Amino acid sequence: MTRTIALAPVRRSLLVKVRPEHAFKVFTSYSWWPKEHSLFRGNPKQKSVVIEPRVGGRWYEKGEDGRECDWGKVLAWEPPGRLLLAWQINGKFEYDPSAATEVEITFAPEASGMTRVNLEHRYFERFGETGAALRAGVDDPAGWSGLLKLFVGAAEA
Amino acid sequence: MAALGDPTRRRVFERLKSGPQAVGALAVGLPVSRPAVSQHLKVLKQAGLVSDRPEGTRRVYYIDPRGLGALHAWLDQFWGQALVAFQAEAEAEAKTDAGTDTDSGEEETS
Repeated sequence: MTRTIALAPVRRSLLVKVRPEHAFKVFTSYSWWPKEHSLFRGNPKQKSVVIEPRVGGRWYEKGEDGRECDWGKVLAWEPPGRLLLAWQINGKFEYDPSAATEVEITFAPEASGMTRVNLEHRYFERFGETGAALRAGVDDPAGWSGLLKLFVGAAEA
Repeated sequence: MAALGDPTRRRVFERLKSGPQAVGALAVGLPVSRPAVSQHLKVLKQAGLVSDRPEGTRRVYYIDPRGLGALHAWLDQFWGQALVAFQAEAEAEAKTDAGTDTDSGEEETS
């Protein structure tokens, strides 16, 4: 029996004490990204994350040695209100153009120059299409269970 | 990801990587009792990290092959953490801007 598993999107919402223009600029500059979250797994160290500012643009990370690793692409680039990214990272935490979940970030103005930032990461069922990879990823110490440990370490520190 | 926060529980989870196992086999070599292992498995199961099935008279546990529930939980935590970092960065930069010059406000005046 095959089961289709549709999972609720991951949703996050927060208020930032800056205007949408600034929030969008900082978000897409990616200077805030926790550098340990890298598909390079530390070799090389992550230097930066880049979102090319246009529809169809690449979303990738750069290593300190100049190497690049794709993460996905830009599906919508609508400053300062909306950004839609294709997260093409499979369960093995590798770039996989055949898997594409979506991350949508919206920036809505609020009173007193604040911004409501909503993030939605959706279509997890598409990971089902790379189910074999996902299973392997769970089993692979270098895969997400390894990253999970990293995260647990950070969360408990 | 509180389910993996406990070191023993993490070891139980790690042991399941080599394949499905019953509670008794999992408990061998661990410094806790069998009921304690059962308790850890219960938590892992609730977190969607582990599933179980009957095999003869016993019950075997395995890492949930769907893994989606766990991945979902990881991403939920991850985005939460990442957005807090983003918030701090955005607000820190705004403060710097306000302190050093004022031209950033002009284009945004409505």
